Amino acid sequence: MAEQVLVAEGVFTWPSDEPQLIGSHFPESGVTVFPRAGTCPKTASRVAEDVLLPRRGTLWSWTVQGFPPKNPPYIGTESPKDFEPYGVGYVQLADQVIVEGRLTVSDPAQIEIGMEMELVVVPFATDAQGREVLTYAFAPVASSPVNGVPS
Amino acid sequence: MSDVAIVGIGIHPFGRHDLSGMEQGAVAARAAMADAGVEWSDVQYAFGGSAAAGNADTMVSMLGLTGLPFINVANGCATGGSALISAYNAIKAGAADVVMAIGFDKHPRGAFDPDPADFGLEKWYGDSGLMLTTQFFGMKIQRYMHQYGITRSTLAKVAVKNFENGSKNDNAWRRKPMSEDEVLNATMLSEPLTQYMFCSPGEGGVALVLARADQATKYTSKPVYLKSAVLRSRPFGSFEVFNSWLSPDRGDSPSVAAAKGAFEMAGVAPEEISLAQVQDTESGAEIMHMAETGLCADGEQERMIQMGETSLGGLLPINTDGGCLANGEPIGASGLRQVYESVLQLQGRAGVRQVEDATTAFTHVYGAPGISACTVLTV
Repeated sequence: MAEQVLVAEGVFTWPSDEPQLIGSHFPESGVTVFPRAGTCPKTASRVAEDVLLPRRGTLWSWTVQGFPPKNPPYIGTESPKDFEPYGVGYVQLADQVIVEGRLTVSDPAQIEIGMEMELVVVPFATDAQGREVLTYAFAPVASSPVNGVPS
Repeated sequence: MSDVAIVGIGIHPFGRHDLSGMEQGAVAARAAMADAGVEWSDVQYAFGGSAAAGNADTMVSMLGLTGLPFINVANGCATGGSALISAYNAIKAGAADVVMAIGFDKHPRGAFDPDPADFGLEKWYGDSGLMLTTQFFGMKIQRYMHQYGITRSTLAKVAVKNFENGSKNDNAWRRKPMSEDEVLNATMLSEPLTQYMFCSPGEGGVALVLARADQATKYTSKPVYLKSAVLRSRPFGSFEVFNSWLSPDRGDSPSVAAAKGAFEMAGVAPEEISLAQVQDTESGAEIMHMAETGLCADGEQERMIQMGETSLGGLLPINTDGGCLANGEPIGASGLRQVYESVLQLQGRAGVRQVEDATTAFTHVYGAPGISACTVLTV
């Protein structure tokens, strides 16, 4: 098995059976941001606390990346003919924050705004050193009434 | 304070060319001066910019070392709009009577590949394949279609219209009309947007000569008045390119404030506009920007576009020169192209694209990281 490496430290809890994104909460404004930040974009308050974000939420919007992104900035090294389109979406986590991430699904027929999603950590690319790179992504929840198809 | 008029316009055709970006800018500058009947030595102030084709002020070596103040402007997709606002303010402030605003660019082929650090983002954002403007456009229109019932057919019809308009414009890059089926069945780049629904980075240059309104008839028999030019950055809660998070407490796009400000400053209502140029980075952007700028209500676009109301000959022609879709997007020049086309239309010089009885025009640019510039022009 190829060596695994995280796309970045401090973005999500790992290793974990139930990984969570790490954001910042600004008590003064009630604003939550992701990833962590030192300044509230609403009030410029610099009083921030780390917050672990809910693991489940609903899909707010989505697209499918249909062509290979340029490297850099993309870390993936696959050739254009091996490129697999991947889903990207915004997921609303309670009324706290809407976060952007890759989706584990890329078939438009399986994706719908409002469906329930859950945070997972997945390998998504092989870097220039041949290592598998892990990042967070959102997967449809099997029992979601919208997609209805157990995964 | 003097009012401001546009008394000369010049363009270098958009597309792909052998000339450098800056040379294309110089071609546009010479054409604008010829149109106004002025020499470079008559220009008292210049503002210009490009994103990828060099420092605009270097152009003095091509136009003449007259010693004029020439300020470089760098404001992403609003570079041209920002140059224009700077020129407008210089005249308003009494700093100069004749000012040039200029924008040009020349980008490599393919999608832009920005560096996350330039946008205040951590490296992992780009590493993980999220640093693509195309994804933002796909997700913004996807959400909008879900909320307001815009169909894929309407997305395609925007592209069809803009390519049709481009076919009537000798300065456009893409001049081949395309059918709705061709647009819908093209390669899917970022759901729900296909290849022909997106504009491409390109090349081109535009220059405008501005003058005090009370002196405008010295230069042209038909001055066009720049009634307002307003730039805004994003407010809290707007949905922009390269956002790793959004607030559930949703806010307006910067286009809302920029357009409102431009209409108010001009004392003109959106209903009075004869024609409009709005940022069509992709088909969905044109649709959403129609509502954000106050030209229609959210959701009304479905009927308007299906009925052809935004086509040439319709009630409110939009992107009469083919927009970004047919002209491509040389970032520095794009916003000024919209003004160039508006001036042509208001002066009755738009040929086969001419909108009848055009008296009032509106322009709107939008870009990363959440900026918008709008103008209102009248005769």
